Amino acid sequence: MASDLGDLYQEVILDHNRQPRNFGDLPGANRRAEGFNPLCGDRVTVSLTLEGDVLKDIRFQGSGCAISKASASMMTETMKGRTRAQAERLFQEFHRLLTEDSGAPDAASLGKLVVFSGVREFPIRVKCATLAWHTLRAALDSAHGIASTE
Amino acid sequence: MTRPGDLLAAAPARKAPAAFDVERVRADFPILRQTVFGKPLVYLDNAATAQKPRAVIDTLTRFYEVDNANIHRGLHQLSERSTAAYEETRAKVRRFLNAAEDREIVFVRGTTEAINLAASSYARPHVGRDDEVLITTMEHHSNIVPWQMLCEEKGARLRVAPINDDGELLLDEFEALLGPRTRIVSVAHVSNALGTVNPIRRIVEMAHRRNIPVLVDGAQAAPHLKIDVRDLDCDFYTLSGHKLFGPTGIGVLYGKAALLEAMPPYQGGGDMIASVTFEKTIYNRLPHKFEAGTPHIAGVIGLGAAIDYLESIDPEGRAAHEQALLEHATRRLAELPRLRIVGRAKEKTGVLSFVIEGIHPHDIGTILDREGIAIRAGHHCAQPLMDRFGVPATARASFALYNTREEVGALESGIRKVLGVFR
Ligand SMILES: Cc1ncc(COP(=O)(O)O)c(C=O)c1O
Repeated sequence: MASDLGDLYQEVILDHNRQPRNFGDLPGANRRAEGFNPLCGDRVTVSLTLEGDVLKDIRFQGSGCAISKASASMMTETMKGRTRAQAERLFQEFHRLLTEDSGAPDAASLGKLVVFSGVREFPIRVKCATLAWHTLRAALDSAHGIASTE
Repeated sequence: MTRPGDLLAAAPARKAPAAFDVERVRADFPILRQTVFGKPLVYLDNAATAQKPRAVIDTLTRFYEVDNANIHRGLHQLSERSTAAYEETRAKVRRFLNAAEDREIVFVRGTTEAINLAASSYARPHVGRDDEVLITTMEHHSNIVPWQMLCEEKGARLRVAPINDDGELLLDEFEALLGPRTRIVSVAHVSNALGTVNPIRRIVEMAHRRNIPVLVDGAQAAPHLKIDVRDLDCDFYTLSGHKLFGPTGIGVLYGKAALLEAMPPYQGGGDMIASVTFEKTIYNRLPHKFEAGTPHIAGVIGLGAAIDYLESIDPEGRAAHEQALLEHATRRLAELPRLRIVGRAKEKTGVLSFVIEGIHPHDIGTILDREGIAIRAGHHCAQPLMDRFGVPATARASFALYNTREEVGALESGIRKVLGVFR
């Protein structure tokens, strides 16, 4: 496999694509948003239970490419138990990781999410990797939101 | 599959074209000579837009370097030349479609605008509350949304004729949907997502028996099939120049003269008028009534060059080549594990839509791209069709006259690579 393809489709990503974590509906969720990527028609729903300021639980549903599914899956793992402020910081850092050549200045805090740095070489796939993240943001911002990558 | 004899059967009797030779054809398309990520470009996204032959590129350059002027309004030499070239192209398109008269050819931006024009100027006055517009499951969004908008405005109903699992229109069900309230039928000649060729002549017969006019979306048919609007007897026919090896931003609406005559203008402005006072405007005659404003003059002339180019190629050899390529690709891909071809109509042009179990089309597209292979991955502007097949998207390889068996081989090994990544 060409090395940039290898960087994109890392084993962790393929694994989350095959077996997404926190996949399905979340009964009792008090925040929910649907995300839509008009480029490919992919949809994702992110549901969460927000207790005070803390994301107690989070799940996602939908169909998408390996990048969007793995990103959603790993996002839910990372977000569980975080505060809103922490979630927003992670969003910013994750976005920088995907779009800035120097990578995220605080990549360490992203933990295993750094496997997505390979997406940088595939600019049209950045939207795939961020769809669930935009959707999470929409869910946090309103009781019923709809997010779009556009 | 379409019989080769049906395809491009009769070219205009100019100089007899040389026997079809795909390598000679490829040499006419400068863009094909490049490498992408170090691999020779394999361009299999022709249904999205086709590449342009040198003749079209040179015609555009020549127009801007030598003849450029506005049309229908200058007395000077350049205007005379560009007006003549513009109107000669109208005659060329008329011959290409075998329409009866030049004034039945209206230049528009593309199929999208052509359908919107017909929906707005023809259908709007004819469609009322509880009336119906009939389309099919396999339509492109541009042949769904304009009708939906009209139906919403009028309180009318959009009816949709179903297809079978091979992607073929169910003609009996289609006919059953033709009712006393049906005001227009609008169908694709060839489906962009499946390659299915629809039986337009029979569709038109069924509709005309009930005095219902038929619009045919020919965006995907014109690059592959011989089009004869009088033989089809359709009332409107549309095409997009960019899919026909011509420039983007130019297309054609063919309409029967009697229908076009009776229709109000689509847009107001210059060129579409005969005289204007603040009290009253007299509209220009056909086709200018529908060509308000300065048109895409270079685009029209480039489209003419594309038609000349196509007609310089042996039509039977070309059709046989395209059909053999599709059959070859279908056989090769059908043998790959986990791969399912979506759209197995008996009559097809060069479109191969497929899904691979457990692999999203986007990932297929990205990996093929790194092999220099351009395909389309997505819903192909046909979301209701994707729903019909229960898939969010497909990968689509679409062929043109310049594609080769070697390129099908590259596609096959590219897909094997995809299967390797997603074991
Ligand atoms: C069947 C069909 N109809 C309509 C269109 C719209 O054509 P255009 O975008 O050129 O207006 C397309 C183009 O993708 C098509 O394939």
